[in-house]
Amino acid sequence: MSGPKLSFDQPNRYIGQPVPRADAQRLLMGRGRFVDDMQAPRMVHAAFLRSPVAHGRIVSLDVAAARRMPGVVAVITGADLVGVVEPYVGVLSHLAGLRSAPQMPMAVGRVRWQGEPVAMVLAQSRAEAEDAVAEIHLDLEDLPAATDMERALDPDAPVIHPEFGSNLAWTRTVNVGDVDAALKGQDITIVEREFRFGRHTGVTLEARATLVEYDPAEDQLTVLYSGQAPHMMQFIFAKHFGMLEENVRVISQDVGGSFGIKIHTYGDEIAAAAAARMLGRPVKFVADRFESFMTDIHARDHAVRGRMAVGRAGHIVALDFDDVTGIGPYSMYPRTSAIEANQVLNLTGAPYVVPNYRATSKVVFQNKTLMCQYRAVGHPIAMAICDGLLEEAAAAIGMDPVEIRRRNLMRDDSYPRTSASGMKLDDLSHQKALEKLVEMMDYARLRENQARLRQQGIHRGIGFVSMVEVTNPSPMFYGIGGAPIASQDGATVRLDAGGGVHVSSSVTEQGQGTNAILQQIVAGVLGVDIARVKVTTGDTRTTPYGGGTWASRGAGIGGEAALLAAQALKEQVLDVAAVILQTQADKLDVADGSVVDAGGGAARMTLSDLARTVYYRGNELPSDMKPELVATRHYRVTDMPFVFTNGAMAAEVEVDVETGFVRVVNFWAVEDCGRVINPRLVDEQVRGGVVQGIGGALYEECLYSEDGQLLTTTMADYLVPMAAEMPDIHVAHIETPTKTSILGAKGAGEAGTGGAPAAVMNAVNDALRPLGASIFQMPMTPARVLAALGRAGH
Amino acid sequence: MKAADFAYRRPADLAGALAILSAEEGDIAPLAGGQSLMPMMNFRIAQPTMLLDLADVAELRGVTAGPDGLRIGAMTRYVQLAADPLVTQGAPLIGLALPHIAHAAIRNRGTIGGSVALADPAAEMPALLLAMAARIELVSLSGRRVVAADDFFLGLYETARAPDELVAAIHIPADASRRRVGFYELARRHGDYAMAGVALTAGGATGQPLASPRIAFFGLSDRAVRATGAEAALKDAQPAGDTLGAAVDSLSALPINGDLHAPPDVKLKLAGVVLRRALAGM
Repeated sequence: MSGPKLSFDQPNRYIGQPVPRADAQRLLMGRGRFVDDMQAPRMVHAAFLRSPVAHGRIVSLDVAAARRMPGVVAVITGADLVGVVEPYVGVLSHLAGLRSAPQMPMAVGRVRWQGEPVAMVLAQSRAEAEDAVAEIHLDLEDLPAATDMERALDPDAPVIHPEFGSNLAWTRTVNVGDVDAALKGQDITIVEREFRFGRHTGVTLEARATLVEYDPAEDQLTVLYSGQAPHMMQFIFAKHFGMLEENVRVISQDVGGSFGIKIHTYGDEIAAAAAARMLGRPVKFVADRFESFMTDIHARDHAVRGRMAVGRAGHIVALDFDDVTGIGPYSMYPRTSAIEANQVLNLTGAPYVVPNYRATSKVVFQNKTLMCQYRAVGHPIAMAICDGLLEEAAAAIGMDPVEIRRRNLMRDDSYPRTSASGMKLDDLSHQKALEKLVEMMDYARLRENQARLRQQGIHRGIGFVSMVEVTNPSPMFYGIGGAPIASQDGATVRLDAGGGVHVSSSVTEQGQGTNAILQQIVAGVLGVDIARVKVTTGDTRTTPYGGGTWASRGAGIGGEAALLAAQALKEQVLDVAAVILQTQADKLDVADGSVVDAGGGAARMTLSDLARTVYYRGNELPSDMKPELVATRHYRVTDMPFVFTNGAMAAEVEVDVETGFVRVVNFWAVEDCGRVINPRLVDEQVRGGVVQGIGGALYEECLYSEDGQLLTTTMADYLVPMAAEMPDIHVAHIETPTKTSILGAKGAGEAGTGGAPAAVMNAVNDALRPLGASIFQMPMTPARVLAALGRAGH
Repeated sequence: MKAADFAYRRPADLAGALAILSAEEGDIAPLAGGQSLMPMMNFRIAQPTMLLDLADVAELRGVTAGPDGLRIGAMTRYVQLAADPLVTQGAPLIGLALPHIAHAAIRNRGTIGGSVALADPAAEMPALLLAMAARIELVSLSGRRVVAADDFFLGLYETARAPDELVAAIHIPADASRRRVGFYELARRHGDYAMAGVALTAGGATGQPLASPRIAFFGLSDRAVRATGAEAALKDAQPAGDTLGAAVDSLSALPINGDLHAPPDVKLKLAGVVLRRALAGM
């Protein structure tokens, strides 16, 4: 990467400092502006009638009684939207062979999952809308449902889209080396296990929410939207309503968590926008918790049979697995529901030298809620397969799980290189991360403690994971396949007359501190007090065009754009200052909001004085000098498809063998996300991610009845991890900046979620091993642990 | 997730509340702390035609101690139970169990009478009352009657309370303050409804055989249930060895239902574990 060298450790350089988030105080004071806080004149509220069955034919749909209910303004059915909304299909061209059927916002003719919207009531209040929903008469003829993903491809399975002839949505095989030959090798040990990963969902604190206004006079659609990709949604609304993109404005102000849940096209929101256009009135839709569980995308839900062969010295000889995943009746639009399976194929084994690698994934349709990308897409599965098998192999040959990693991890000095699946890797530090982890957890002492406690009948286990995380995606992730998803992001940095600085960025804030790090970067690069920097994100009309925040790209891509823009503005400032002060720009610098003599010299003039000169008294400048004091820069990753990060994590758990309860006693995470912009925010990202990973390992699961009824529809049934059960999570960093940018930041948002499940699973199995038991199904519930122990739950 | 339409009344005293309850038509839901009823209404699982808010009914509040034991007003909140020495000394089992009942925010609002009247099979309070041989005082315009806890909890959300009655108070017998107490529950997360839990009381000094044990389980069945087989096995015995084994074995006679997270055999297994652990704590 070219460009001037930056120093990140000077005073007034905020990068790398644990700066408190500016918006934390505002949010804690209850001054947040979430969609549901917003009111619009003549606004109506939407509530949906949803399919009560997993698969059925709509025999009749009678909304007359509902229309007569108090407060009702309109009732709109799926059929009413035909011709109003162009159907959408969740396929991308780079996922060759992926197929999905056209989807409408509400069911037309057939319902294909329980919870699919069928009709929408618009009323003066949400309560009245719900009252009227109860008066809609829906007559359904039940159709046989394909609910079990492992039987969805059976010859006698009901086919959800008859035109496809089967429920197969996509399949891909990666085949590197010669697995079959390797498995016949001499002196190898083969371990084979079946893994099951339950369905999860993101459970955002703020549910999905939208408030849509339509102004027919200007053909203007304004969408307040709790989400993370405003420009993508702008495209989608425009395309599917046949509007010009500039006539759609998508605004995402405060967002109460997203985790990937709010980055997809949901029928509910499209229908709400359609209603706003049809009625000419603002329409608000806020999902309630029932609806969130039933209609937010689900994720994971993989069944994997995998095997690993290792040689006598513990070297991986071959890794081989078959994966099946059920995605619901459609591939989600526009990101598709094949990405998770694709990630599993791409990422499994990526930390290790794997000479022979073969993996197949089958993505199948089924009559359940749609699955798509949720935090750490595919990572928990990929890491659990490889590191689960690796620790089983270590046990089989009597080798310590740390030692077997030492023998297989890619060497820190071996980059750039590719993974077994062909992913380009650079600037990784698996060896350093593992050694730092072992040191920080005091591994030897933990093992001694474990042995001592075993004498007392206390079953502790220690498990590890070495992992990679996909961050800073280039156009190769979505754009190449035709998705309306920007891989580049932009930032505009402007100096105002008062000396304040405005940043406008196309990455978004959904509670993780994006705005704070943009502030840090710009203040630091420009040389101003951080309190003088204001940040605007989440508005398609006022920010540069970009992708938003997902796939851990906000800091690495949005941050780099902000850095470049701040640099460009600083160059302008110094050029102007050099003229006013009659010196050369390279003899000046900016510090604490003033132009100073370079090298820590005296203040020469404040930025406010400089800006006032430019804006008010341009007559004092040479006529050919036309400073703008605003700069925009965009950035995309060009040298790599993704910028991988790496980490090493360990869990210590205690298994109550009488009850099957698992308690995570301790957790350690060493993360290399390149340049750490704000250690406080990164640490909490890692911790939050680990907690979500522990949730996946031990608690969270969307449970269905055999006929496709979702059973976990409240927070009492779907168990999210809670603070009381969480261990201390010890976080440490290695900083190997990526060479793809000046900033050197990689993503940090998903590592914990991606790595923790494997570490916890390995720890549980380490605890169970002396008892001759093992478990490879997540979540590892008490009933499943007891079943693994042969004590109950068969 | 908005409640269906309902009427709302907030009488100033008990007479007013009972008059409404007896005179008004429809499905009247007395509102105590609202920590279960309000979510059920918002889910539209409960759709009462009228909510009868008891917040102003002073006669339903307060704890008094007498020669027969404690009288705990139905509207006494969990947070007040925990802070009241009359309760923690007169009904130490309640003091032992309270930290496990939901979360602080819920304990701030939830009431003893509300929990008893709702009779959630996974709630702790009905089991505590069974284990203490408590009695439930019901009041209506026709007068007052007192029902033993054993005769009060009839089934899933089903009690001996008639539609025109209110739970007025809980009576804890005087010997509850002297009996040994045990409590143990297994909840996936602190404050959750338990997968299995047990409350028990017994006479006799610590370390001595269990005199007249009363053992009640929750989270297993359609209501809190007495484990009479286990009580018989442990009566006048030390809870150890074969005696304890027999008590645990006797639990297979309990009417155990599975739920979303545990099939019946897991519940039975956990019931044995909680019994052993509760006894070990006595």
